[in-house]
Amino acid sequence: MAVATPSRFGARSAAELTDRITGGKRDVRGRIVEWILLSTLALTLLILVALVVNLVDRAWPILNGRLGDFLSSGLDASNAQEAGVWQAIRGTVTLAAIVIVVAFPLGISCAVYLEEYAQRSRLARLIRINVRNLAGVPSIVYGILGLTIFVKFAGDITGGRTVIAGGLTLAVLVLPVVVITASEALRAVPQSIREGAMGVGATQWETVRSHVLPSAAPGILTGTVLALSRAAGEAAPLLLVGGITGLLRTGNASIWEQITSGGFTSMPVAIFSYARQTGADFQAVTGAASLILLVLVIIINGLAIWLRNRFERNW
Amino acid sequence: MSTTTDTGWTTADLRLVPGRRRSDARMRRLFLAAGLTTLLVTALIVYTLVKDAVSFFIHVPKADLWTIGWFPRRGMFDIKTLVVGTLMVTGVAMLIAVPLGLGVAVYLSEFARPRVRKVLKPVVEVLAGIPSVVLGYFAISFINPNIITAISGGANKAFNIAAAGVAVGILTIPIIASVTEDALRAVPLALREASYGLGARRVSTTFRVVLPASISGVVAALILGISRAIGETMVVAIAAGAVGGGLFSTDPFQPGQTMTAAMAALGFGSDQVAGDGLAFQSLFFIGFLLFIMTFCLNLLGDRLVRRVREEY
Repeated sequence: MAVATPSRFGARSAAELTDRITGGKRDVRGRIVEWILLSTLALTLLILVALVVNLVDRAWPILNGRLGDFLSSGLDASNAQEAGVWQAIRGTVTLAAIVIVVAFPLGISCAVYLEEYAQRSRLARLIRINVRNLAGVPSIVYGILGLTIFVKFAGDITGGRTVIAGGLTLAVLVLPVVVITASEALRAVPQSIREGAMGVGATQWETVRSHVLPSAAPGILTGTVLALSRAAGEAAPLLLVGGITGLLRTGNASIWEQITSGGFTSMPVAIFSYARQTGADFQAVTGAASLILLVLVIIINGLAIWLRNRFERNW
Repeated sequence: MSTTTDTGWTTADLRLVPGRRRSDARMRRLFLAAGLTTLLVTALIVYTLVKDAVSFFIHVPKADLWTIGWFPRRGMFDIKTLVVGTLMVTGVAMLIAVPLGLGVAVYLSEFARPRVRKVLKPVVEVLAGIPSVVLGYFAISFINPNIITAISGGANKAFNIAAAGVAVGILTIPIIASVTEDALRAVPLALREASYGLGARRVSTTFRVVLPASISGVVAALILGISRAIGETMVVAIAAGAVGGGLFSTDPFQPGQTMTAAMAALGFGSDQVAGDGLAFQSLFFIGFLLFIMTFCLNLLGDRLVRRVREEY
């Protein structure tokens, strides 16, 4: 059977043949559609640029004036000249530490159970559906959970409305994210790696510990870093479990006392407090605090994307 | 019974050392416990919500659930204020997020060259990481004075539903974009090639072949986006005003209250509210409503996402 080359139709090139078939008409409609699609992408990127430019513009009086003072001043939503973020930064770091200690081991263990021990059991399917639903529960609902369980029910252990209760609430909030991303990382580890370990007589736990987890570590790490950035930007549940929004005095109490019995705040909670105040001075304070949080979160996310690109393996 | 071989080994040597077997069993129980913890979390959420929500519903005078506005500290628990406020914010958000989210996904999946895609996709992912308080501030410092004022002709208040809705929409773009893009990329290349082989152009292939083939994934993206918009709290708490309560209103340029923002307003300083039992318990009642709404949407969205994956 003859092959339909352009020359069979008397054309010198495929382009010339195309031209003859379409009568030299350009695909105008296609071009327009492509431009519309491209413009949605451009508009989305433009929003991002507008956001950053607007923040820098609003924050300028502080960035250019009293940045050092701003970073070392405490939470004060009544006086813009005294307002700062150091308590908020310390709160966010403490909350992040609690999330790392509580949510990461728990979430990774849950993922190991789902992927390594109970791939297709009915219980595993139930847990999987449950985790996916938990990931979609609005964050404010976790605040109710934290208020009832960690502040009231376990108040003797957590000390009530403390940073410990806040950290535990955030840990429960990001738990499903950790489980889902860790599960994906474990699923990407090829079966032959497990079989290799089993073949030399390793138990299931030894296989997981020395073969599966190290192979999946980069993927798991990426997911946990993303979960951390989610926790760092979350304010709604903290409002319910006692994040301080007005004025936070910590006085001369030791760090341990502050953690176990004092009030706490965090970057997003502080931004919420400042955003509720009116006047140009507080606009600058809110803008500067937002910019610091945004930079922090983008650094954490960038770290996750870098980790993914650096260590991603195609088996 | 052991058989000695010429190497001097016995089959007993192949058996696990009791210590190893014990640690294996211990770890299995530990992992199972971690898995069960997630079920416990759901159970606790449902239990805490239902307990006080039911108590609220029994004790509240039913006439208070249908009044002129939501003022929990004055005994006015008008549910329609919150539900209508939530629907308006979600509606405005979808006006922004659906065209932009779908456009970005279709462009990145079907039109962008691989190198362009590799650069632009992380940028869109950055958008997903922006904390909602930051977008709330963006709503009052940029969106409202520059965009909403122009649209409403100056009829807008400093805090209003429309500005909050636009900011929630921006938050929702990355979710709609990423779920849709996954769905589009799940469509096998063979379908596109068949379309091209019949002489179809890229645009016809995209809109007549790829999109219809992935329609359940696209619908899932919209549902998950709506669920996210309904559950968004901080943007509305900052930008929609009505901190203490709100009058019933259907004007998007007026301050309004959503279910989530009402909960945040009740919650912070809940020590003071704790004295008034009903106002405090209304927190759990709205929380329960919110949980049910998002639970149904997520279940539906999740089922549709998996249908795309199973089809191909």
